[in-house]
Amino acid sequence: MTLIPIKLMPRLRGGTSLWIGGGLVGLAVFVAIAAPLIARTDPVMDANLMNAEIPPGWEFPFGTDAQGRDIYSRIVYGARISLTVGVGSQILNSLIGVSLGLTAGYWGGWWDDFVTALTNLMLAIPSLIFALAIMAILGPGLSSLLMALGLTAWSYSCRIARAQVLSLKSQGYIQAARILGYGDLRIMFTQVLPNILGPLIVIATLGMGTAILSEAALSFLGLGIRPPFPSWGSMLSEARDQINTVPWLSIFPGVAIFLTVLGLNLLGDGLRDILDPQSTTRRS
Amino acid sequence: MTADSLLRVEDLRIALAGDRTIYNAVEEVSFEIRRGEAFGLVGESGCGKSITALAVMGLLKRPLSLGGGKILLDGEEIQNASAARMRMLRGSRIGMIFQEPMTALNPLSPVGRQIAEMFVLHQNAGWSEAMDRAEEALRQVRVPSPGRRVKDYPHQLSGGMRQRVMIAIALACSPELLIADEPTTALDVTVQAEIIDLMAELCAAKGTAILMISHDLGLVANMCKRVAVMYAGRIVEAQPAEAIFAKPQHPYTQGLVDSLPRLGERSRRGQQRLREIAGVVPSIQAYPAGCRFNPRCPRASDVCLTTAPAITPLPAANSIEALVRCHHHG
Amino acid sequence: MLLVLARRLANVVPTLVAVIALVFLLFSVLPGSFISGMGEDGRTTIDPAVMERMRKEMGLDDPLPERFAKYIAHTAVGDLGKSFRTREPVTYLIGQRIWPSLKLMFAAMAFAIVVGVTLGFLAALRPGSLVDTVSMVAAISGLSLSQFWFGLMLMYLFALTLQWLPSFGYGDGGIMHLILPAIALGVGPMALLARTTRAAVLDVLNADFVRTARSKGMSERRVVEWHVLRNALVLVITIIGLQFGSLMGQAVVVEKLFAWPGVGSLLIDSVFQRDMPAVQGCILLIVLFFLAINTLVDIAYVAIDPRIRYGR
Repeated sequence: MTLIPIKLMPRLRGGTSLWIGGGLVGLAVFVAIAAPLIARTDPVMDANLMNAEIPPGWEFPFGTDAQGRDIYSRIVYGARISLTVGVGSQILNSLIGVSLGLTAGYWGGWWDDFVTALTNLMLAIPSLIFALAIMAILGPGLSSLLMALGLTAWSYSCRIARAQVLSLKSQGYIQAARILGYGDLRIMFTQVLPNILGPLIVIATLGMGTAILSEAALSFLGLGIRPPFPSWGSMLSEARDQINTVPWLSIFPGVAIFLTVLGLNLLGDGLRDILDPQSTTRRS
Repeated sequence: MTADSLLRVEDLRIALAGDRTIYNAVEEVSFEIRRGEAFGLVGESGCGKSITALAVMGLLKRPLSLGGGKILLDGEEIQNASAARMRMLRGSRIGMIFQEPMTALNPLSPVGRQIAEMFVLHQNAGWSEAMDRAEEALRQVRVPSPGRRVKDYPHQLSGGMRQRVMIAIALACSPELLIADEPTTALDVTVQAEIIDLMAELCAAKGTAILMISHDLGLVANMCKRVAVMYAGRIVEAQPAEAIFAKPQHPYTQGLVDSLPRLGERSRRGQQRLREIAGVVPSIQAYPAGCRFNPRCPRASDVCLTTAPAITPLPAANSIEALVRCHHHG
Repeated sequence: MLLVLARRLANVVPTLVAVIALVFLLFSVLPGSFISGMGEDGRTTIDPAVMERMRKEMGLDDPLPERFAKYIAHTAVGDLGKSFRTREPVTYLIGQRIWPSLKLMFAAMAFAIVVGVTLGFLAALRPGSLVDTVSMVAAISGLSLSQFWFGLMLMYLFALTLQWLPSFGYGDGGIMHLILPAIALGVGPMALLARTTRAAVLDVLNADFVRTARSKGMSERRVVEWHVLRNALVLVITIIGLQFGSLMGQAVVVEKLFAWPGVGSLLIDSVFQRDMPAVQGCILLIVLFFLAINTLVDIAYVAIDPRIRYGR
């Protein structure tokens, strides 16, 4: 499989995408942090059958579900899960990818061959299928999700880290640093890491969007966050059977996912224009 | 205008749209090429010679555009010609060769087909006839075993062979004018001479005039009858080729001549070093006031810092116009 | 040319073996076996006696290397074991599901290619135009959608409200049942293809050889037909191949949503029924298919790009 760097930049004029994306992501972060303040009811406990299946209106902006829970409040709390999964899994992916990539490029030899083989293996398995297999083994839950999504998408950061080391090596920087008596770790952290920080941030931002989508998909399948906890995916999983009678249950969680991921994608594109003008990052 | 004028460029201006301002990448450029004549345009990279050629072809791309002036081909004004008219002229009456033979050919198309396109486009040939003629064209540019080479892809050919293919394409329809933009810069020195000779010979045979663009004054002077020197978007001197070497008038031309190695000179002048011109070409955003060459000029005086020099005609030799743009020429 | 192909095929085999090993290890070595691990969700309890019998029957108590050797040997001859649930061979179970899955996947990809490549192309030919803006906004939106949610919305709109199309199921296998799931599944790759095609075409339009083509006096239409299309295609095909990976992942969810009787819903059902051989079989098949697609992409490359054909 050949990976060629391609510019994926439909430039919206003058960094508009950065601002819209930043705004949407900022909103999602604010909602997640301030959830207890802006939610109207407890997302799990405040069931009230008297209020069951009320359509969106003044009292319940996004309506209520069959148990009379306020959908708005559940979505507000759902932001916490989505963002936790997004951020957590990307931290894990970056850590794994960067340490494997840096060491593989730096030390070379059998370790490099091994890491390259591992990367190719990861690319050969569709990542959602991989995550699904891990969820099947670990069982549902937030920590399993972090593992499943954090262990399966590090190949991009690994490739970029490795390529950067190799290019610095060929330019003699690393040898020069060695002659100056720098240790291996010091060279990796002070010479290589700053050079790939930009692309890494872009990858992580775009990866967060993918992780949030995967969380929703896994929860929808019943393998991620289980009801009654309000993840956007699990809300959709519950809502599916009632799409004909209570459609608002399905609409609002989906819109929340869409806006958050759209924000992350726009932000990622905008950041790429700034941080990675030669565009080494791409997704597939 | 002389009777046998083929291409006449008058007061050409090429605009470069910057973020806020519009710059003149080329201005006050005028020259004339006669039928069958080889004309050289010389200057350092960034002086505007390549975009002058693209302007003649009508191939300027944003942020560049034609800012003013006239381009006359065989008496016809083509600077505002319709896209359809320009397509008819390009290829059939003006051919062009580019600098990079590596990238100027489509990597996914056999070279024979890329030549044959010319016959299909301009001479209503069918593909099989066009392919036969492409083979003949390859033979003309002395590609060995052309019958096999027509099916080759560009990456299978050496740089010199690719440039021969480019020549075959440019001359396929026997145009009246061939524009060669640094045609040998990317090639090995040994191949350069072959390519230049081939171009000169084929053009002479077909009666094709050449607009030769190069940074290499020696190369241009060898091939062309007349040479114009460009600096920072303007023509600073134009003279017959021999006169450029014998009596360079502009200090910049003087510098170019001095920086050339000359056979036999070493024994006469002793171990003299080649001289370079100090400094670099100013960027378009930072053209100096007055004469644009003044920061690098050994003859610069106060007037050079404030007033742009006007064109001074030089005494014509063999009825060929000559000019210089300098306060202290000679 | 044959040599190049052989070399590419030789690359596939180790990957395949590694995947088989990985799938085996995942389900045998990680915390608890698959059987006990799934018992912890509290929804079902398994009779310890039954579990003991199953472990014996599956040979789960044998030493690991021995089990691995057996697994490899069986897999190599196409024996994926028997389903815990139906007692039928896994290959038989999967065999019944392959055709619907393939149909859905290729329909989705066809939709993605036709719409995505067209949009990307039109956008690149007129950068900054209305077409460009609209298709790129559509593309980034498509990339941000949850495909199953989009499917749910399509289902609500076209099946339940407008009643133009059936809402779910395979029906008689006809095209009407295929449309909604294929669009839901294809929207992601469609969006990505629109973006990559646009970028690829813009790249090629700026290439030197396109300037040469223009200097020949070609019309823009001919320039695109003769010189841009093929070169852009090389770039687009890579993305198409890679997109099959995410397509197969998403297919699991979309199949589940539309109750589509494919390999994906078999996988999910098997996960919930703790049918380990079936789960392993489905995952192996999906990976094998992905590898096959990417090998095909490599072959397509060789056919299109002479620089690879002659082994540069």
